[in-house]
Amino acid sequence: MKRLLTIVSLLFAVLALPVVAQDSGWRYGPTLSEASGDPHPEGNEYMRKFHMELMKHDRDMTLRDGEREIDASLKQCFDCHTVKDERTGDPVTYDDERHFCRTCHDFVSVKVDCFTCHRSTPEGFNEPSPLHARLLDLGASPEFEMVESFITSLETSSDQ
Amino acid sequence: MSPKDNFVLPDLPENPSRRNFFKSGAAAVTLTLAPGITVMAFGGTAASAAGADAGKRWGLLIDVNKCAKDCTACVTACKDENGWAGYGDPEQNSQWIRKVTMRNKATGHETEMPVMCQHCEDPPCVDVCPTGASFKRVDGIVLVDKHTCIGCRYCMMACPFKARSFVHEPVNNQKPHAPRGQGTVESCTLCVHRVDKGQIPACVEACDATGHGAMVFGDLNDPASDISKALASYPSVALRPDLDLNPGVRYANL
Ligand code: HEC
Ligand code: HEC
Ligand code: HEC
Repeated sequence: MKRLLTIVSLLFAVLALPVVAQDSGWRYGPTLSEASGDPHPEGNEYMRKFHMELMKHDRDMTLRDGEREIDASLKQCFDCHTVKDERTGDPVTYDDERHFCRTCHDFVSVKVDCFTCHRSTPEGFNEPSPLHARLLDLGASPEFEMVESFITSLETSSDQ
Repeated sequence: MSPKDNFVLPDLPENPSRRNFFKSGAAAVTLTLAPGITVMAFGGTAASAAGADAGKRWGLLIDVNKCAKDCTACVTACKDENGWAGYGDPEQNSQWIRKVTMRNKATGHETEMPVMCQHCEDPPCVDVCPTGASFKRVDGIVLVDKHTCIGCRYCMMACPFKARSFVHEPVNNQKPHAPRGQGTVESCTLCVHRVDKGQIPACVEACDATGHGAMVFGDLNDPASDISKALASYPSVALRPDLDLNPGVRYANL
């Protein structure tokens, strides 16, 4: 009987695990890639909500005050949050929709310009193209295509 | 007012966070030691934790006589350090530092010297900036806060030394410590990321490595620093002294 109890409770424990591992409040939304390293002491829920405030705060500390021991360092995000292409094994840039910062942002239609200047991959990786760093990146929107074809038409007409 | 005064970080949902812990831990260690001796816990150095020091004024002294013809070690080192080598149109590439040749028309004598942001005490670029992106740190280093730069280029017009460049093309493979990108203005940062760690700028290090030793970096406010001693012992000039900008970069034997 005792043995049966242990088995049953073990079974329950195993069944309950995935539910416990999922922390509260995150049931609906995109699936994030796995992160390496230690999790944030602030907790995932806090990071989801306030990562932009933390980074804005700390970037001013760095730039204006020269304080470099900061927690929310954009260059360090990719030490732990790098998404690799399964085929090539290379880290993906911000151009790729699987990039860590785009998984949620594409879902909620947020666009950030951070990666016109900041690397979107860890140091040392040779980013193949500067496409993700274009300022006029309206994506594949009809407006962008209109602007682009307008500019090309201007260029071709001025060549003549 | 610096923009950071606008940000109030939201409270954490629960107990002390890593950030509070680090801050208070570091303070405790610094406090328990005698004045003048600081040891930082958590792997930092005293210099990197302190940030910009209002008591300092960083400067450069360039001895034009020691600057060798055809030597571009400082320029190359700056390119490597800050990743502005550029590609595409050479006419549009940035120049954080450049070698300038001056020819005396009467004698034909030629002088070469590096020119970069002169880190003025009264920087015209800061005066004209409409967004506050151009600013001077408390330790005298003049920077662009690219987060607030709108790319209007007034600062480039205002600078009498042509020290600033505009980034025209999209950039990739930046150095993590030197983000740079399309649509913003940039210039010599006096290698602020190194200075904050207690190191010297890359150009000075490279010049020393060639054996020419034409560049001295240091604190102009500290009478015991190498640069202050050198300035006290031989004549030097500022570029465009008529403008009264009191640059942090000085030239000797010009
Ligand atoms: C030391 C490694 C490390 C660094 C550096 C780091 N993270 Fe994380 N981050 C993690 C781990 C581990 C998790 C937890 C992932 C999980 O629970 O699956 C996490 C979770 C998150 C989450 C919540 C994800 C979710 O599941 O809801 C966000 C948002 C986040 N990080 C943003 C950032 C940002 C922005 C930066 C840079 C300022 C950053 N992180 C830097 C390791 C790191
Ligand atoms: C867990 C999902 C998630 C991840 C991962 C994430 N973000 Fe966000 N981020 C959001 C959401 C949601 C918003 C919009 C919040 C709002 O509008 O209230 C946002 C907004 C922002 C903003 C403010 C945008 C604006 O226009 O105000 C910045 C900046 C930002 N994120 C940076 C980043 C960076 C950099 C990364 C990658 C290191 C990242 N985020 C990863 C969910 C995420
Ligand atoms: C136009 C260029 C540019 C853009 C766009 C930009 N940054 Fe920066 N950022 C910089 C520069 C330059 C620094 C200074 C780096 C230094 O001194 O080490 C910096 C520093 C920072 C830092 C502190 C250094 C560190 O540890 O990473 C943070 C945090 C930061 N930026 C966050 C952001 C975020 C978040 C965005 C997007 C909302 C962004 N930046 C967009 C140029 C830019």
